[in-house]
Amino acid sequence: MASCSGCQGVLVSCEDELLAIAGAIDIVHFPEASSRLAEEGPFDVVLVEGSISAPEHLEQIKAIRERSAVLVTVGACATSGGIQALRNFGKLEDFADRVYVRPDYLATLETSTPVADHVKVDYELRGCPIAKRQLLELLTAILKGRRPEIRNESLCLACKRYGVVCVMVAHGIPCLGPVTVNGCGAICPSLGRGCYGCFGPKEGANTQALAQRMLDMGIPREEVLRSFRFITGYAEAFREESVRHE
Amino acid sequence: MSEVTREAPDSGVGGTRTFRVEMLTRVEGEGRFLLRVKDGEVEEATLTIFEPPRFFEGFLVGRSLFEVPDITARICGICPVTYQMTSAQALERILGIHPTAEIRRLRRLMYCAEWIESHALHVFVLHAPDFLGYHSALEMAKDHGPLVEMALRMKKAGNTLLEILGGRAIHPVSARVGGFTKTPRPRRLKSHLPELEWGLEAAREAVEVLNGLPMLGFEQPYTFVSLDGGSEYPIDWGEQIAVTGREPVPVEEFENVFLETQVPRSPALHARLPDGTPYLTGPMARLSLFPDKLHPLAQEALERTGMAVPVLNPYRSIVVRGVELVQAFADAVDIIREYEGADPPYLEAPLRAGEGMAATEAPRGLQYQRHRIDDAGHILESRIVPPTSQNQARIEADLVGLAQEILPLGDAEATLRCEQLIRAYDPCISCATHFLKLEIERE
Repeated sequence: MASCSGCQGVLVSCEDELLAIAGAIDIVHFPEASSRLAEEGPFDVVLVEGSISAPEHLEQIKAIRERSAVLVTVGACATSGGIQALRNFGKLEDFADRVYVRPDYLATLETSTPVADHVKVDYELRGCPIAKRQLLELLTAILKGRRPEIRNESLCLACKRYGVVCVMVAHGIPCLGPVTVNGCGAICPSLGRGCYGCFGPKEGANTQALAQRMLDMGIPREEVLRSFRFITGYAEAFREESVRHE
Repeated sequence: MSEVTREAPDSGVGGTRTFRVEMLTRVEGEGRFLLRVKDGEVEEATLTIFEPPRFFEGFLVGRSLFEVPDITARICGICPVTYQMTSAQALERILGIHPTAEIRRLRRLMYCAEWIESHALHVFVLHAPDFLGYHSALEMAKDHGPLVEMALRMKKAGNTLLEILGGRAIHPVSARVGGFTKTPRPRRLKSHLPELEWGLEAAREAVEVLNGLPMLGFEQPYTFVSLDGGSEYPIDWGEQIAVTGREPVPVEEFENVFLETQVPRSPALHARLPDGTPYLTGPMARLSLFPDKLHPLAQEALERTGMAVPVLNPYRSIVVRGVELVQAFADAVDIIREYEGADPPYLEAPLRAGEGMAATEAPRGLQYQRHRIDDAGHILESRIVPPTSQNQARIEADLVGLAQEILPLGDAEATLRCEQLIRAYDPCISCATHFLKLEIERE
């Protein structure tokens, strides 16, 4: 669907595991890597990358769902609508006019939405891009017929685990770590900056408390709004928080 | 997915032959192509991109300039570094920030890492199967295991370098306006030297393997366009753009010289020079315009191939990418050997309104960005021109040129040669669509 193809890139970047994966699984339809394509299915497992963003996606995703035993959405686009879902907060014409001379030619939907808004999804892998470790864990779990061990914990726990000093407490840098689900291993705080939420909200995230903390730190309200309305800004918890600051 | 239709009885060169691939594979993003030949004359040659638009220039408006590198990275999962770094440079020009020499070396190192990762993927995983007769690198691995393993190890060497510099290989997080959020300790970077030194040797040997691949003899009169990297091979920085046989173009003049025009029968914008000439950016352009700027080891690798420069056969781009792999590894090794830390990691300057442009070289070609901001640092207007949209007119011209060569071939073989030609440009369709004027024919 609509994406930057980076999450497929993560699969191709499993350099040490790729040949083993290809040995354990028959990869039958992967246009980015092979010109031997199997359109028809049925498929045991399908990984879907990208958001539902164009009229043809609506039909395509239903057809894919019908042919798939297990449907996994991978990445921020497929699970939250992606960065292109920023257009959902305005009028499509406003965005299209800025980019296109003849926007009336565009075959696009008014909104960019997650796959789960349209069909039943069995597993979601979050992240922009997804984490290699979580992808391998999910594929292994499906192969072994067990539940994947992918935790719903905040990024803060990763910082504590790796001994990364809190950028918000120590340096006053705004950070979405408390409300973002871990997956990346806290790379942003490790590199001296705040988390920008690219894995999306953790379940039960208290976004309101974090937003209040940011306001108390003297961060302008419009900046608080923008920090929630970013890579995964259309994910429910982040969306509601940004709307609160309009 | 390849499909060849004949709309008239086969009578040698007579009748209409249509070569069509409904879904181009082993390219980044989704596209298709069509070549229609009637009585030996090309009626139509189109490369169509059918990825949906994502409106990046639209939603950049109103964002803070500090958010721009993280946003533009998301245009492309294969060359995010080029996007975020070109953004940073354009915005630094507005604020009058001149990054330190140390920061500039680290930036070049990060480009090298992306070039290694992207070229190793394209050359061995996406393109080589065409030359050796396989559908994919995974199939190829059954007969050419060591070659595929070497390619994956090279790719990983690039990815690991990106992880050290930016936390992760795809959409790294350390780039910022003014420099890096944090720079690596010398010891950490130097720990990766042995793997890069291995990669350098492996790349030098690989050039000879690539040079021995069977390929079609097919030359085109290219107008090449490449960043001019000053004393260095064009990668991460430059003030002007070189054009075959013409005056160099200052980066600020980019939009006056490289024009995007709409072609009635095609959904995409085509970039051309003002006189209508299509041009080519990317590895063949860089190497053909600046062979003397190659690293001595890359120059040596080039000489051993015996390849004439300028390189005019697009199928040979796979060898050129091999030479550029040597370049990227050699540059990376040199930069890390000399690295003693970069402190401060970034420079700052007061916000001010203005407009700034920058151009750098993605693995697949020249990328240009212009941003305009208000005095609070909010984006008022952005313009981003990726390499694939610039190459599209040239790709189509090449398909027209190829038609005469492939007519004597069988249908399947002819279609494969078209696909292989398109892959030779390493088209990045996700990049191209962020701005394409998409027009769907409704029947």
